[in-house]
Amino acid sequence: MTFEQWNGFQFGVWQEGVNVRDFIDKNYTPYLGDASFLTGPTARTERALAELERLKKEEQARGGVLSVDVSTVSSLCNYQPGYLTKEDLIVGLQTDEPLKRGVNPFGGIRMARAACEAYGYKLSDKIEEFFTYRTTHNDGVFRVYTDEMKAARHCALLTGLPDAYGRGRIIGDYRRIALYGVDYLIVEKEKDKAALGENLMDVENIRLTEELYQQIAFLNKLKKMAEMYGYDISRPAANAREAIQWTYFGYLAANKEQNGAAMSFGRTSTFFDIYIERDLKNGVLDERGAQELIDDLVLKLRCARHLRTPEYNELFGGDPMWITESIGGMNLNHQTLVTKSSFRMLQTLYNLGPAPEPNLTVLWSHALPEPFKKFCARISCDTDAIQYENDDLMRARFGDDYAIACCVSAMKVGKQMQFFGARTNLAKLLLLALNGGVDNMFGTRLGPQMEPMTGGVLEYNKVIERFNIYLTWLCRLYVNTMNCIHYMHDKYAYEKTQMALHDTDVQRLMAFGVAGLSVITDSLSAIKYAKVTPICDENGIIVDFDTVGDFPKYGNDDNRVDEIAQNLLVAVRAELKKTPAYRGARHTLSALTITSNVMYGKKTGATPDGRKKGEPFAPGANPMHNREHNGALASLNSVSKLPYSSASDGISNTFSIVPEALGKTGEERIENLVAILTGYFLNDAHHLNVNVMRRETLLDAYEHPEQYPNLTIRVSGYAVNFCKLSREQQREVIMRTFHTTV
Amino acid sequence: MQGRIHSFQSLGTVDGPGVRCVVFMQGCPLRCICCHNPDTWDPNGGEAVEVQPLVRKILRFRGYFGQRGGVTVSGGEPLLQAPFVAELFRRLKENGIHTALDTSGCFWNESAAAVLTYTDLVLLDHKYPTEADYRRFVGGSLAQTERFLTELERRQIPVWLRRVIIPQKTDREASVRQLNDVARRFSCVKKVELLPFRNLCEEKYTALGLDFPLKGTDSPSHETMQSLTALIDPIYLS
Repeated sequence: MTFEQWNGFQFGVWQEGVNVRDFIDKNYTPYLGDASFLTGPTARTERALAELERLKKEEQARGGVLSVDVSTVSSLCNYQPGYLTKEDLIVGLQTDEPLKRGVNPFGGIRMARAACEAYGYKLSDKIEEFFTYRTTHNDGVFRVYTDEMKAARHCALLTGLPDAYGRGRIIGDYRRIALYGVDYLIVEKEKDKAALGENLMDVENIRLTEELYQQIAFLNKLKKMAEMYGYDISRPAANAREAIQWTYFGYLAANKEQNGAAMSFGRTSTFFDIYIERDLKNGVLDERGAQELIDDLVLKLRCARHLRTPEYNELFGGDPMWITESIGGMNLNHQTLVTKSSFRMLQTLYNLGPAPEPNLTVLWSHALPEPFKKFCARISCDTDAIQYENDDLMRARFGDDYAIACCVSAMKVGKQMQFFGARTNLAKLLLLALNGGVDNMFGTRLGPQMEPMTGGVLEYNKVIERFNIYLTWLCRLYVNTMNCIHYMHDKYAYEKTQMALHDTDVQRLMAFGVAGLSVITDSLSAIKYAKVTPICDENGIIVDFDTVGDFPKYGNDDNRVDEIAQNLLVAVRAELKKTPAYRGARHTLSALTITSNVMYGKKTGATPDGRKKGEPFAPGANPMHNREHNGALASLNSVSKLPYSSASDGISNTFSIVPEALGKTGEERIENLVAILTGYFLNDAHHLNVNVMRRETLLDAYEHPEQYPNLTIRVSGYAVNFCKLSREQQREVIMRTFHTTV
Repeated sequence: MQGRIHSFQSLGTVDGPGVRCVVFMQGCPLRCICCHNPDTWDPNGGEAVEVQPLVRKILRFRGYFGQRGGVTVSGGEPLLQAPFVAELFRRLKENGIHTALDTSGCFWNESAAAVLTYTDLVLLDHKYPTEADYRRFVGGSLAQTERFLTELERRQIPVWLRRVIIPQKTDREASVRQLNDVARRFSCVKKVELLPFRNLCEEKYTALGLDFPLKGTDSPSHETMQSLTALIDPIYLS
């Protein structure tokens, strides 16, 4: 098979079937040089940026939502074309106007209704009526939830479950549209569907056949959507601008169809670079033009919005989209996948200013070209807007064409998808176990019923024995709950566009998560190494602890306690695997909390580590605030011990350091940050958010938010605009450990 | 062998080149008025540690050291526990780790000489330009520091000369010119660093029931630091 749009490309098996990885492998140009070739924004880019800044200011002034279209259900072709400016290079908006939000009730009508009302709108009667006849994902889940599942959810033992909104964390391989054109993708899907018809028509086969029908229908809608903007994407993209536009159309369609929690973009920079290089060679594009295309794509990505409730933002602060773009890494032949467009994508943080989206994620390998490492470190020092993930660790597991969904979840692009599973609160589980099946914040009876462990000083072995009983109970409940959620999501809110951009025979991962890892770790350490005596209320329920003596604390590179954290992850994953997951999904686990560490803490009683009732947890896999006494590297070492083999959905760590602690001059800081990242990832650590800033800046922004409209900081696995966080979340960020000079 | 340490900091980037672990030794014979670590003075304070576990601990950070980093031993005055530091440095050198000694050079003996055998870089505090200042503000002797510097010159151990810039004490141009002259006299001096005085340690003094001699003294302005730095020969600044 061949297309005229492929002229100038190297042959490969990518021409015999959908295989973007092979296309990249055969055609890309690694770049080992430095950042000196990069260009600044064009006048057109600056005008477009000014317009977006103006709209953002207005959005903020209106309480965080600029406007809502309450009478249209969001889908691919339901809005007239929208533009940021008349001179957009890359076109397409979710609705007919920039930053205007659509409603997407397929995940749950209640959430859509509440979100409208929270911002002074009312969902139209037409939509309300339509959804009285239509089952949503949320309806389906609550039809089958058991009382126990509801109770675990109510007590926030299982939290952030995607049972009322789109589950997200699915990355369509949007590049396929550019490389092959939609018509070819439809033909391939039709072949797959015909082949399925030869099989036994059992439940699995019928479901998949119907899904393919829907995928094909939405590929046709995708073409129509592009047509509304004046583009024919039935054929492959012929140049760089088209390649970016076609790819973006795929993403846009997904975003119109789904309000998934995390709608990530994939791994596109090096793919785009092939088209840019061809255009540069053909003399139809220059460097300024190439940068301008990337800048405009990023501007469009920065326009993406979903309508959420304030309660949702309490969990996932800062109105995030997780438009994660994975950059860099190495290929399986030990050659770097860094291209000039990897630099161009990062350069958008200078040309357009720091911003949380897209969530730029550097896939770090010790073998990355040194100039690229330095450029990344410079951006971290200047913008606090990027995160790093260990490519050497992930490549061994996911090959060299994976991307990050959300914050830290790796998956092979177009070949794997994920059932997002939020997280369980391990600190709360420990308290539940000590109380013999009573939640001390809600008074709810939950899990196996036993006597509370109130007989004096707690014995470590007995606590572990007790905890394991509850862990076994919880893990079965957790998997079962997830199975219900994802069965119903597939049934009532299936991701037609995104799954059309996956192989039909897709591998499924079911991503579980833990919160409160450092709290339970230090609590168990306290029980083991100090003397912990439970304190009961008048009903005999343990509500506090008397902890006497010192104990090793996670975050000091002390194996005595770090082992507790390691063992917990191994144990949780092993227990989860005992219950089969829906559609044969592979169980994975993460230590990631987003910004919900604040809310989890609020719903968790006092813990044996000395944390008071209601106090925030540390985010992700971070050690608890101000318990690190050996400096930043010791803290990094502790986190790097957590086994990725048991937590392959990601181990998130957020690192904040004042500039002076990183070195005396700008050059020194860059060099030292590169050294720190190198050491950390050589230890097999998985993820690092890097913030280089002063606490005073945050304090000032807390008091005078209007002076810091673009202050971007990294939180657990993503970046946020500091001013968009709740006051509580802001305080928690300020309270966190900032590594300083001594 | 045992030593007493005040604390261990896994990430140091301002005491020597690159990313470094910093070991703060306990005990100091001097009483500099600008001291920001009065809790390191008492030689019986701190925590007793063995060399071997400390080396093992440090080795866990070697991946972060990159091309230029390593270990700095500071204090307190590390020479007060010279045999311990010599043994620590010897083991670190066995493992190919860069060693830096942050010292006032306040005495010289055989043990101090042993430390230098395993020292790659000395961060030498040259606190004041005159013997009188040393007596008044340090409780030590300039002659000792210069004697130490002469030994470093003889052994050709690279030295970074450092001086804290304290308003009304060491912020005069003459003071900095004198330091630059010292650098010119010794070929082992590779770098001169002026460190701004920071008024951040008052709480430590209060906690120890001591008066902070420089209470109320401000940090030198950025402009002062810049104009003083301009008096240093450029070869000593990079």
